[in-house]
Amino acid sequence: MSAVVGAETATAAAPAVVGVRRRTSFRAVFGLAVLLLMSGAAVAAPRIAPWDPGRQMLAKRLRPPAWQTRGLREHPLGTDHLGRDILSRILYGGRISLGVGLSAVTLSACLGVSLGLLAGFHGGRTDALIMRVVDVFLAIPYILLAMGVVFALGPSLLNVILVMAVTRWVQFARIVRADVLSLREREFVAGARARGNRSLRLLLRHVLPNALTPIIVVATLELAFMIIYESALSFLGLGVQPPTPTWGWMLSDGRNYVATAWWLATFPGLAIMLTVLAVNLLGDWLRDTLDPRLRVQ
Amino acid sequence: MGVPTEAGVLVRLLGDDLSMLAYVGRRLGQSVLVLLGVSVIVFGLLHLTGDPTRLLLPLEAREEDVRQLRALLGLDDPLWLQYVRFLGHALRGDFGLSFKHQVPALSLIFQTLPATLELTAAGLTVALVVAVPAGVLAALRRNSALDALCSVGVLLGQAMPVYWLGLLLILVFAVQLRWFPAAGRDGLASLVLPAVALGAFSMARIARMTRSGMLEVLAQDYVRTARAAGLRAFVVTYKYALKNAAIPLVTVVGLEFGILLGGAVITETIFAWPGVGRLAVDAIFSRDYPLVQAIVAILATVFVLINLAMDLLYTYLDPRIVFARSRG
Amino acid sequence: MPPLLAVERLQTHFPTSQGVLRAVDGVSFTLERGEVLGLVGESGCGKSVTSLSIMRLVPPPGRIAAGRVLFEGENLLAKDDEAMRRVRGARIAMVFQEPMTSLNPVFSIGDQIAAAVLAHAGGGRRAAWEHGVAMLDRVQVPSPRQRARDFPHQLSGGLRQRAMIALALASGPAVLIADEPTTALDVTIQAQILDLLRRLQAERGMAVLLITHDLGVVAELCHRVAVIYAGRIVEIAPVRSLFARPLHPYTRGLLQCLPHPSRFGRPLTTIEGVPPDLRQLDAGCRFAPRCAHAIASCRATEPALEESEPGHFVACPVLG
Repeated sequence: MSAVVGAETATAAAPAVVGVRRRTSFRAVFGLAVLLLMSGAAVAAPRIAPWDPGRQMLAKRLRPPAWQTRGLREHPLGTDHLGRDILSRILYGGRISLGVGLSAVTLSACLGVSLGLLAGFHGGRTDALIMRVVDVFLAIPYILLAMGVVFALGPSLLNVILVMAVTRWVQFARIVRADVLSLREREFVAGARARGNRSLRLLLRHVLPNALTPIIVVATLELAFMIIYESALSFLGLGVQPPTPTWGWMLSDGRNYVATAWWLATFPGLAIMLTVLAVNLLGDWLRDTLDPRLRVQ
Repeated sequence: MGVPTEAGVLVRLLGDDLSMLAYVGRRLGQSVLVLLGVSVIVFGLLHLTGDPTRLLLPLEAREEDVRQLRALLGLDDPLWLQYVRFLGHALRGDFGLSFKHQVPALSLIFQTLPATLELTAAGLTVALVVAVPAGVLAALRRNSALDALCSVGVLLGQAMPVYWLGLLLILVFAVQLRWFPAAGRDGLASLVLPAVALGAFSMARIARMTRSGMLEVLAQDYVRTARAAGLRAFVVTYKYALKNAAIPLVTVVGLEFGILLGGAVITETIFAWPGVGRLAVDAIFSRDYPLVQAIVAILATVFVLINLAMDLLYTYLDPRIVFARSRG
Repeated sequence: MPPLLAVERLQTHFPTSQGVLRAVDGVSFTLERGEVLGLVGESGCGKSVTSLSIMRLVPPPGRIAAGRVLFEGENLLAKDDEAMRRVRGARIAMVFQEPMTSLNPVFSIGDQIAAAVLAHAGGGRRAAWEHGVAMLDRVQVPSPRQRARDFPHQLSGGLRQRAMIALALASGPAVLIADEPTTALDVTIQAQILDLLRRLQAERGMAVLLITHDLGVVAELCHRVAVIYAGRIVEIAPVRSLFARPLHPYTRGLLQCLPHPSRFGRPLTTIEGVPPDLRQLDAGCRFAPRCAHAIASCRATEPALEESEPGHFVACPVLG
């Protein structure tokens, strides 16, 4: 016995839905700016670094940053225990951190997304199997696994990237699987199926573009994690080996001089923190803009 | 739904217990499978390069020695046989002797595990004690100065590598201020700095989750119903809403424990905390592979058990999960 | 004798990025003791927001901008938070539309009702629980003692709504605001719940503000009806009067839209046009753009509610 009244309008609907303010986020801009700065510096390192990062100038060892009393102007951030310029080492270190981070994330994403698609789409046994594998990888502390593997295979750039990718793919797999599962139920997939699309094409053309959003968000956050991860491995001596400078390695060196030469450890740490902060800010902004549904990980 | 008979009610009551039991059983089964998988990986670590002897012996070892070692460790047998043997030993707690210390690997772990668990638990406690109230307050006073402060804190906490924070803490509180010892495990004071360093990373994530969880819950209809019934604001927030928001938090805590276990490895190295993490780093560098295997296996087991406990806690708190299957 | 509840020129606004949305823009009506007043309108016309405003539960960023809500002579909008809290549930209670989301999934319904009781009365948990069981019995929930231990998802829609009603009435309020109490339910269950509401209302002599878009429900339950359109009341009348002699063009349109056996075989009528954007309101009568009887003055000045017949108010100078 309901009355059939005119059409509903979107504007007249629940007043609780208030327009979202499209104000450019200060955080996102800041994050992007910092990130661009860091990447630029990393790429241009050979050209802008004042010194060769491996050059030991023992006469000038343990000099504090330029603004302190014993500091030297040609070494703005000071020198380390072997007389190497800290600023140059940080610039070069950025190449490793960002480079390894990006490669590892890409690899990790490829692995994780494929497995996630497989699990979500085929369901049943495949799904259960892949999920158990995910659980296994989650159960083992990634640091230990990485350490074990790197030590077995030898610490090289490639091995570090590989092991980082292999321990973190689960993040992608889970999110992709969840998305695929929910998308499967939606009508448009059923519609496409009814038109006789083969499974793979169905996957690639319909499901993947929709799952792309969370993948991008997770990728940015994982990048931040990878940067810290790589530096942790370096710190423990299992990352890329000297003479290539990495931020983690610098921190490890600086550890012994915490009380006497604080700048050895502080600047690389700051560099890591700023980069990770920038990536996180960007990732947060992406998440808020692209997919407000996506819950905090 | 009709008028339930006495028998009907009885079946319903039993049904609840049965489905709960079934769920527990299922989770246990899953955990066992996971542990099996872990054992495969642990076993595989040694065989990654194809020839474990290269890892166990110095490079200059003679052919003689290599052959002897292979025979001793049964490395010429088919792989699956080696795995089964490994599994058999592992289940009995026999991971072999630590090369460096010449005592059973497991006993070494048991000696150091309490220290690590103590540190991890302390770190998690610090994180929860700070993060949960912060998250709740941030949700209540949304878009206020407090909220902004919390988000900044969260961002910084997430961006800081745990070992850098550790070093900074040592620099400020141990070296400059001399309030806390810089290293070692020696009474409650020595636990503070490492626990804070370890907890900081989790703090950020937990605060965020709490805040967004609370925001979501506070926007729900049932909170409106509670207010409409005249419940006090305090009761609505802390008794009503928090229980709903805490439930997903429980699973997060389980996962965080795993992350913290990993972070403990580094924290223990910096603070010279005599735990499993430090033992592990040491073992890897001294090529003490039986010990490494044992450590990974035990830590993974602890993680799986903790998560199982968290899952069960979750079902206790959220009645929808178990019963969703048993009735429509 | 002053009315039990009197809403005077209530205005509730929501700031949006495209202007202020005036969800309730000058609503006035009264509710007498023991009467059932229906508040009818289509989705988005402001009826729910009106009820939330009376309870002062408008979700932010909405705010009550002007007007008074007099309950037993006192202005609710002027009370402080604690005083208002004591009114909610104990003096004025509310039942919501969606029983599934309106009940907390992690507490048993007995616990929730007991909590509502304890919010206003002392007496301890035992007594509150017993009272809850008694209330469930009053709303005709079978096996109330066992049911009280159930969780919302274990109950059917009809039972959940009964539980909601029990929760609302637990502290014996003088006014019940029911916001679309049957909309989310199956038709057969709807009838049962309406029956229950009618019984409870008669038993307790409660005043009920029934919010609905369903004219059928209005016909069954209400003594008087107020029709609301685009945030303003356009007609108030005793129920028989409204159905027999609808005066406002909008009300007439609503009634004509109802399928009727006499018009069997002919296409259903609709009201042409769409409701206005509540953020950008033009001067004059809000229904004018859709009204077949509109004249020039309709678009210029906002019509006021005038008493056309005894007890029958309408805001239309043309037909009223």
